[in-house]
Amino acid sequence: MDRREVVLKADRLRVWYGSFLAIKDVDFQAKVGMVTALIGPSGCGKSTLLRSFNRMNDLIPSVKIGGSVEFRGRNIYDSSVDPTELRSRIGMVFQKPNPFPKSIFDNVAFGLRVNGYTGDIYEAVERSLRQAALWEEVKDRLNKSAFALSGGQQQRLCIARALAVEPEVVLMDEPASALDPIATLAIEQLIRELSRVYTIVIVTHNMQQAARVSDETAFLMVDDDRAGYLVEHGDTQQIFTNPKDERTEAYITGRFS
Amino acid sequence: MTPRTDFHKDLTRLQDELLLLGGMVEKAVARAMDALRRRDLDASRQVVREDDIVDLKRFDLEERCIDLIATQQPMAGDLRVIITVLHVAVELERIGDYAEGIAKISLMMGNDPPLKPLIDIPRMAEQSADMLRRSLDAFVNRDIVAATTVCKDDDKIDDLYDQVYRELLTYMLEDPETIRRATYLLWVAHDLERIADRTTNIAERVIFLVTGRLADVSVSRY
Repeated sequence: MDRREVVLKADRLRVWYGSFLAIKDVDFQAKVGMVTALIGPSGCGKSTLLRSFNRMNDLIPSVKIGGSVEFRGRNIYDSSVDPTELRSRIGMVFQKPNPFPKSIFDNVAFGLRVNGYTGDIYEAVERSLRQAALWEEVKDRLNKSAFALSGGQQQRLCIARALAVEPEVVLMDEPASALDPIATLAIEQLIRELSRVYTIVIVTHNMQQAARVSDETAFLMVDDDRAGYLVEHGDTQQIFTNPKDERTEAYITGRFS
Repeated sequence: MTPRTDFHKDLTRLQDELLLLGGMVEKAVARAMDALRRRDLDASRQVVREDDIVDLKRFDLEERCIDLIATQQPMAGDLRVIITVLHVAVELERIGDYAEGIAKISLMMGNDPPLKPLIDIPRMAEQSADMLRRSLDAFVNRDIVAATTVCKDDDKIDDLYDQVYRELLTYMLEDPETIRRATYLLWVAHDLERIADRTTNIAERVIFLVTGRLADVSVSRY
């Protein structure tokens, strides 16, 4: 795995909701096997940016996209791209754990069945649950309802569900914001483990979390026109010890006006 | 998998690196003394050169500590480990400077005939090296009893320093011709006394690491 290889690339990306410009001219790259964190104040467009990486925004009416997003060199907004197929390559984990009202096993197997997986489903489910560091806790009750799990376990189940279809990239939108501190640290450790296999882009409100889990950090901001834009993107250590842009410094030191 | 497995691995690595620096410095002191005793100017020059490596290693450790503080929000015992490494790295680097100092004095002596056979000075070197080793062992074992003993042993080094000082003073009083050579030896003894003192600082940091208390355990006379 060459960690300089760019997997996802946004070029002058603009996203409108109706006539409202939510992000303007964002250039962004996510490199293979790295965790890239998106941080910034509320309304800076970090979730919008994340959702544009696997066309989740398509599901919102009146969305318009400008510029381009390339996944492995191919523009994902090209008319020839099947968004469902794209989302199996670029998975997503949401803020609040959202397991389906099904058994633990069926939750993880869901994506495989939808995609007509022809391999051994049981094996794939076990592999995904192991990768999500949940296997040991659930292996004896795979047929129990997913709702019987704790919040932290549910979130790891959702991660396992995303991993089951063997994506290349996992997008995470505040994956720990609904969890208690220990479950949060467990998810963070899991993200570190997963980055050995997957490319991860994570949005977080919690910049300490970004500092702990990511290899690279991108800082977005928003001005009076309410359109989010990218200020600085660099190695996480550099961003948190010696940012280049004074706006980044102001934000991470809590001197933001 | 515990929640912070990776971070705790980083902490272990940090401490291993600190011990590596400790080993480098220990060797520097031993080689500086050996070169002085054998009047081997090439070996002294080498000690001076290699101090640069010690300095770089210290910066490297400091940088890692800063990164961990900035990115990992260390708490409680983890925070104390990082703060301790930060301080001990500085102390070790200074001890390395004293080794370099001894090597430089040896170079200043050049090919001067020896003033006297060295007896108490090697003894000081041996005992301060032993204190350094024990302070690092106390760090590894989180052993406050051993750390306290190191602090107390500083008195013995101070006694030896007094003894060396009085002896050299006698030489100088008897024959002003010896003043230059005696002063050089006094400087060496002074560097060794400083090494022992820095070592007690390390031991005090071990006590902080374990108990969270910052205190002078023994106050050096020098």
